[in-house]
Amino acid sequence: MAATEQIAPPTAGGTPTNGRPTAGPRLLTRIAPYLLLLPAILATLFLLGYPLLKTVLVSFQNLNSRQLVQHLTEWNGFENYTEQLSNGEFWHTTGRSVAFTVVNVVLIMVGGTLVGLLLNRLGKWMRLFLSASLILAWAMPIVASTTVYTWLFDQKYGVVNWLLDKLGFHGMLDYNWFSDQYSTFFVIILLIVWGSIPFVAFNMYAGLTTIPTELYEAARMDGAGSLKIFSSVIFPSLKPFFLATTFLEVIWVFKAFTQVFAMNMGGPQRLTETLPVYAFIEGVSNNHYGTGSAIAVLTILMLGALMAYYFRIILKQEDEL
Amino acid sequence: MRRSIIGRSWPNAIAVVLFVFFIFPVYWMVSTAFKQNTDIVSKTPVFVPLNGTLEHFDRAVHADGFWTMVGNSFVVTVGAVLASLVIATLASFAVARMKFRGRKTFVLVIMAAQMAPWEVMTISVYLIARDNDMLNSLLPLTIFYMMMVLPFTIWTLRGFIAAVPKELEESAMVDGCTRVQAFVKVVFPLLAPGLMSTSLFGFITAWNEYPLVLILNKQGGQTLPLWLTGFRSAFGDDWGATMAASSLFAVPVLILFVFLQRKAVGGMTAGAVKG
Repeated sequence: MAATEQIAPPTAGGTPTNGRPTAGPRLLTRIAPYLLLLPAILATLFLLGYPLLKTVLVSFQNLNSRQLVQHLTEWNGFENYTEQLSNGEFWHTTGRSVAFTVVNVVLIMVGGTLVGLLLNRLGKWMRLFLSASLILAWAMPIVASTTVYTWLFDQKYGVVNWLLDKLGFHGMLDYNWFSDQYSTFFVIILLIVWGSIPFVAFNMYAGLTTIPTELYEAARMDGAGSLKIFSSVIFPSLKPFFLATTFLEVIWVFKAFTQVFAMNMGGPQRLTETLPVYAFIEGVSNNHYGTGSAIAVLTILMLGALMAYYFRIILKQEDEL
Repeated sequence: MRRSIIGRSWPNAIAVVLFVFFIFPVYWMVSTAFKQNTDIVSKTPVFVPLNGTLEHFDRAVHADGFWTMVGNSFVVTVGAVLASLVIATLASFAVARMKFRGRKTFVLVIMAAQMAPWEVMTISVYLIARDNDMLNSLLPLTIFYMMMVLPFTIWTLRGFIAAVPKELEESAMVDGCTRVQAFVKVVFPLLAPGLMSTSLFGFITAWNEYPLVLILNKQGGQTLPLWLTGFRSAFGDDWGATMAASSLFAVPVLILFVFLQRKAVGGMTAGAVKG
């Protein structure tokens, strides 16, 4: 945590004074932090707090295209919620979202860790070489990389189908990846994992360079293999890193919208809709703004529960320190 | 002997495979953008476009609204980043250097706000913009993008300000500077790397944003992400033009990132990983 002490107003001689400063500067020093925070607080209240509140309010309304056009406010209590919570589609989508998040995060964390370990092992030039490709993947704007992946997996001229055909899977030559739920998800997951591994790998590598080499040597002297070194040296030293990164990735993947929506609009037959996409399609595309907001609130509650869990762990760790 | 060579070279072999895996989509985008149409739709992919062409780029930059969208994207992104830098510098100075009631709460709120689910709040943001007659305008985009990057900016700058030794400020104040002068003359210049790395991530976030502009600006004031997805459906199977458009969209970010990433990675780690 950052140094938080106040700087005492210096006296002419440069030594801190214990005398009583005049009331004016005192008051100013006391309210200065709040003045500095004011713009940030106002922005957060109006630009984040208000949309959050509005989401909750709208979720208790019957708001479809008619009400939207005529500016009508029709409260309908918990109807949107009971409708969603008793709706099989909602639970399917929730299950799909959870599975989607788990698969992505496991692949990202395992892949990122392995790539980070590899970076640590490589010689200087090889490391630079690999880092360059990781940086390019990391920096690709999501909309651009989503477009590129649809091109790589294009049915007729996609390079992936050509490669699979060359490798002997001749059935794949004209395969339409976006006609099936699982193959669409495969492409989306590949895209997300490809784009997310660099962040984890670089942080992992940065973390590894902080571990003193003596620790490895000692472990090796004791006859530890690679796995043992990882579980008894690396993992314990980098536990905060693993915790924070896993948590961040869970949140990011759970919220992922652009990759899923821009790839195939949640298709085929709405089978790749995750919760954010579901909220968007129900709310905006189908003009059920109240329903969409109820789905949004339910999603926010799930994210909130995750965050609360994580913050508790963090606070506990702070207490231990 | 042979065994040890294999033992030493397998990490390099894996590194080469990974290099191809990570770079190929980027390479394929750029190379397709330069290929002749006959090479793009050939049954055997052409891996090196020897007879390149610029016609796809020509089609992309002359497509409807391209330059308007470029302008819009820059206005919105730069506006959001600058506004968040100003607000965040003030706030992070307070958080890093002062003791006050409610400091912990503020830090916690900022941490939570960093994870705000904008993706599912599009509906309420739409209603807010509509009720204020601001649909299809650049202003709501700019201020909401500002809010999206603000928590991260505060978080990261806080780390950078805390890293500037307090003694520097104190000695400036001893020399007769006021606290504000001490900040402007001493701390601010040292913050340059922090400001750069935070604005890089702010830039990427705002440049990339898709769900909000998708719903707010259907009839005007659109930005490049929207143009790019629309372009893809409008141009159908014209992959050359689509990849040229994607490349044009990605280039500013790629350039910025490659130049600034060294500083940025440190900032990112400080902001995201260290509690």
